[in-house]
Amino acid sequence: MYDILSNFFTGDLLHVVWIGFLSGCIIIPLLLSVAYLSYAERKVIGYIQGRIGPNRVGIYGLLQPFADLFKLVGKEIINPTRSNTFLFIVAPVLTLAPAIIAWAVIPFDLGMALADINAGVLFIFAMSSFGVYGVLIAGWASNSKYALLGAMRSAAQTISYEIAMGFSLVGVLMASGSMNLQKIVLAQDGCLINWFVWPLMPLFLVFWIAGIAETNRAPFDVAEGESEIVAGFHVEYSGTAFAVFFLAEYANMILIGVLTSIFFLGGWLSPFKGLPILEDLFIFVPGTIWLFVKTGLFLFVYLWIRATFPRYRYDQIMRLGWKVLIPTTLVWIIVLGFMIKFEISPWFRV
Amino acid sequence: MKGMFKYMLFCVKCFTLWELLKGLFITLKYLFKPKITIQYPEAKTPISDRFRGLLALRRYEDGSERCIACKLCEYVCPARAIVIESKQSEDGSRRTTKYDIDMFKCINCGLCEEACPVDAVVVTPVQHYHMQERGENIMTKEKLLKVGDMYEHDLQKRISNNNGDR
Repeated sequence: MYDILSNFFTGDLLHVVWIGFLSGCIIIPLLLSVAYLSYAERKVIGYIQGRIGPNRVGIYGLLQPFADLFKLVGKEIINPTRSNTFLFIVAPVLTLAPAIIAWAVIPFDLGMALADINAGVLFIFAMSSFGVYGVLIAGWASNSKYALLGAMRSAAQTISYEIAMGFSLVGVLMASGSMNLQKIVLAQDGCLINWFVWPLMPLFLVFWIAGIAETNRAPFDVAEGESEIVAGFHVEYSGTAFAVFFLAEYANMILIGVLTSIFFLGGWLSPFKGLPILEDLFIFVPGTIWLFVKTGLFLFVYLWIRATFPRYRYDQIMRLGWKVLIPTTLVWIIVLGFMIKFEISPWFRV
Repeated sequence: MKGMFKYMLFCVKCFTLWELLKGLFITLKYLFKPKITIQYPEAKTPISDRFRGLLALRRYEDGSERCIACKLCEYVCPARAIVIESKQSEDGSRRTTKYDIDMFKCINCGLCEEACPVDAVVVTPVQHYHMQERGENIMTKEKLLKVGDMYEHDLQKRISNNNGDR
């Protein structure tokens, strides 16, 4: 592909076009996955509730996400009176952009990352925190009490859970000794026993719970809590602007799923590497597929949890974040320090 | 000692997220259970033999009307939906000249069917009907007889199934 492009462009322009092409290779499948994640969500939750979910548009309802998309695009974006129009329009973009930018550093296989930077973890962490600006601005620019309340809740929640998330990442950094996502995956080289889930189990759970809270998903979705504040920060949004918020939420969900797989489940590594017979049986599966399978597992758990647990109360969320998750990570970081010091096998050999 | 054990059990349950997993497995069980959705235009919910739908007038097997214009249904109707006018026919029997049921007034209580001594006015299992023009809500004698002819087969099954309950 690079050769074909080099026939048409030269120098710096070629470089820019090449990066654009690679970004397209990430973004287009990402948007497709977002579409089908929304379909999967409705299907899975329907099945759990004894219903069958969408099945009218296309075979098994497979065209439903596109029907929804066209409906949303065809609708009018209503601008509320006395709202700040500029911020009102910019807010959804500010939510979507970080959710997509973060994908730049994700390694899909060995060497298959758009930007293989050494501070990958920091970059991801910065980008996932950026999302809250969009939510806050949306809430403020809407000039609506519900939107403002939702935005405040969302901000408070994201800030509290970011601490727990950051501390659990400290554990990952200690265990792998690197901030580079590829090196983190390579530190888990071996079969599924070598993955970081096992020595970092509490941190894994904290990361996952904080990840759900960061993406404002059930049971931590007080930011949009239908029963109290209608739809939270995006009450006033309609049409394409709402679709962009929707897209950002689901892109963030997939991002958290991929990150959990990379940090704790060995990213693109096969779970059977180094096992006598199974390794040969599954040798044909490329690493990217393993990453997709692991991510899909986490996305299913996302939906499963949403279908199972009722929403937390606001003060319960704060209690869980500050009084349970943060102490857990702090204690386990110390335990992890000892585990590394005494070189517990098979994870911490020198 | 017993309290201590209880507390330890509580701690273990806390740290293994036991209750949460229990809840998750209940929903997982429902994921694989058969679904209760009935996909309406293709499949319909079964209706009881005692369902009280659209009204109809029946005929005897030889094609003559059952109704003898006794006006018991008109009298018993709580919504006063039935209007009957009668006249002596050529063979000397009493027959209706007008038998109108206003479907807007009718509350589908089925009392007319219970009152009828000759099983002429009956409720059918028909639940989907509509009116497009003003005035179509008045079911005339002709319309009612037509409905009865259309659903005679269903009605006989229904009456035999309901035998002894009436």
